[in-house]
Amino acid sequence: MKRLVIDPVTRIEGHAKISLFLDDAGKLADAKFHVTEFRGFEAFCVGRPLWEMPSLTGRTCGICPVSHVLAAAKAGDEILAVKLPETALKLRRLMNLGQLIQSHALSFFHLSSPDFLLGFDSDPAKRNVFGLMDVEPELARRGIRLRKFGQDIIAKLGGQKIHPAWAVPGGVRQGLSEEHRLELLEALPEAQETTFLALELFKTLLDKFPEEVASFGNFPSLFLGLVTPEGLWEHHDGLIRVVDETGALVADKLEPADYLDYIGEASHNHSYLKSPYYRPNVAEGEAITPESAGLYRVGPLARLNICNRIGTPLADKELTEFRERFGRVALSSFQYHYARLIEILACTEAVALHLQDPKITDTRVRAQAGINVLRGVGVSEAPRGTLFHDYHVDENGLITKVNMIIATGQNNLAMNRTVKQIAQTFIKGPDIAEGILNRIEAGARAFDPCLSCSTHAIGQMPMQVELFSAQGELLKRLERN
Amino acid sequence: MPINLNINEQNLKAQEGETLLTVARREGIPLPTLCFLEGLSVAGSCRLCLVEVEGSSKLQPACALKVTEGLSVKTATERLKRYRKMIVELLFAEGNHVCAVCVSNGNCELQDLAVQMGVDHIRFSYQFPERKVDLSHPLFGFDANRCVLCTRCVRACDEIEGAHTWDVAGRGQSAHIISDMAQPWGSATSCTSCSKCVAVCPVGALFGKGVSVAEMKHQPAVVDFLASARREQNWHKKEEQ
Repeated sequence: MKRLVIDPVTRIEGHAKISLFLDDAGKLADAKFHVTEFRGFEAFCVGRPLWEMPSLTGRTCGICPVSHVLAAAKAGDEILAVKLPETALKLRRLMNLGQLIQSHALSFFHLSSPDFLLGFDSDPAKRNVFGLMDVEPELARRGIRLRKFGQDIIAKLGGQKIHPAWAVPGGVRQGLSEEHRLELLEALPEAQETTFLALELFKTLLDKFPEEVASFGNFPSLFLGLVTPEGLWEHHDGLIRVVDETGALVADKLEPADYLDYIGEASHNHSYLKSPYYRPNVAEGEAITPESAGLYRVGPLARLNICNRIGTPLADKELTEFRERFGRVALSSFQYHYARLIEILACTEAVALHLQDPKITDTRVRAQAGINVLRGVGVSEAPRGTLFHDYHVDENGLITKVNMIIATGQNNLAMNRTVKQIAQTFIKGPDIAEGILNRIEAGARAFDPCLSCSTHAIGQMPMQVELFSAQGELLKRLERN
Repeated sequence: MPINLNINEQNLKAQEGETLLTVARREGIPLPTLCFLEGLSVAGSCRLCLVEVEGSSKLQPACALKVTEGLSVKTATERLKRYRKMIVELLFAEGNHVCAVCVSNGNCELQDLAVQMGVDHIRFSYQFPERKVDLSHPLFGFDANRCVLCTRCVRACDEIEGAHTWDVAGRGQSAHIISDMAQPWGSATSCTSCSKCVAVCPVGALFGKGVSVAEMKHQPAVVDFLASARREQNWHKKEEQ
């Protein structure tokens, strides 16, 4: 048995490594995706005031703090037992749309498009956003500006692009000014134009990567996420729906607050990231593996697979084409990229509707209340999938217990299976080219895993690959700087 | 009777009985403080306003130093700057101060002092003490993690409100603020819920319940107004006069 380690995995958010286990013939025996960081938020939030939770949990991440801020505020609403002012809800939804746009743009343009446009086997020193700027300067510029548009929505609502202390239990701290509303409306057409350009570009690339499409996490599985009560695409409220690989409903209209009834969490020794699974598909005591029937995927691809339709004309047209290409349910995780672009388009349409809503600049945006319920669950769709924040408080509002199920965690089993599938497809023997290692990383990257609050250097981090003999002896070390 | 003194090579006149801090502030000479608050008695505990007195090897707190004829002091020597920076760093290391999620972020005297002293990191080991948050009061909260033991709340409650709900228990490293006989604030029967303690807190230790990050705006000047209003028997705010 030989062990091959990709450490760290680059162009993802956070710290991870991948181990590949080869048998003596050089064939892949197993592959594992390890998350090597430990955060401990669920422990150190205990004892803190409920009102601090949006900002405290927002610090989990610098890319998607808004997702945590919103889920925490929603859990807080439950504990205060208040009805949100109408405009507060609309503004929270608007900020979540900004968050989806900026995060998806980052994933597509900054982190993943260098693989598509420069090639998986291209020079790793140039296979990054700077390399992209050299060959496709206009696309890179547009991608950066698209992300800026999403960030501007966040900043104009919350005062700052990262970690806005804005959504609070009971509402939001400030409304949207007329001046900011007009500025966002003005910037909207360019954002939409860029999204269309990226979509057209991506469609031309699909034929170039048949092996990748076929092997990047291409397997039947469940898909889970929020939909509206009518079954439309949803990103902030709604009910949980689960579909299978054919698109058939496995469960529908599940209360998000009852998540413990249908989501279990398994721990594995090889990773700090837990592996959530769909509980009804797993027998009591059954080991949770990447081949488990409890495996489900969340995120952009899942959201497109579970919804009846999106509900806005431009995005629905793209969804129709997407389904014509891949069937009712797209199974290859490579299509997360495609789904991300369709979601950006859906977000720009939804942003336009919000900005044209006469009530969006209303200033009554915060309900005040004390502690009225001792547990609250806040669920929303983060860019990477469904996010659960579950808080218990004492009668004064101090947190006594926290459970958070993060979107990326729910894709943990799928990422492990993806990494293994890619390794099985591309590794033909003990001599492994750098481009193959990059494909294995890119498989995880398709899920846009957000493993912590930091995005690490873009293709600049050294990648170390170590090849061990069955006896643990170091046979070979490759380093990429 | 006017007396002559010298601050930083500058000859000045002052009234007998005044403190050096009063004179320095009147003359526009900057001196950092934390425990001192106009309208309250002097604690002299934070040691940030220490000055060098000519002819004495002992540093003296300006807030407690009465001016005397011929007094000559220096307020901003390299040694004093070094000590003040160290004091601020030690305050950060001693408690659990996390500005990013603090109710007083952007409105905090400790944070302002850190900026003023150029504190960009803490050279001392963080103590990470285990401290509690008390949210038992219906209107206010007390987070002992952020308390710097300036005792402004203790003095405001005792000297201005006359309730003496707050006090200091324990000694040295174990010193901590308690309400009544170390009961939860919500069961402290002496508390009149006047909010003066919250108004004078220099950091985010005392806050209004329900405020989130950076929302707490303290109003320490309120005790100066109350003290002078009582002294002068004039309860009109200055802008209303």
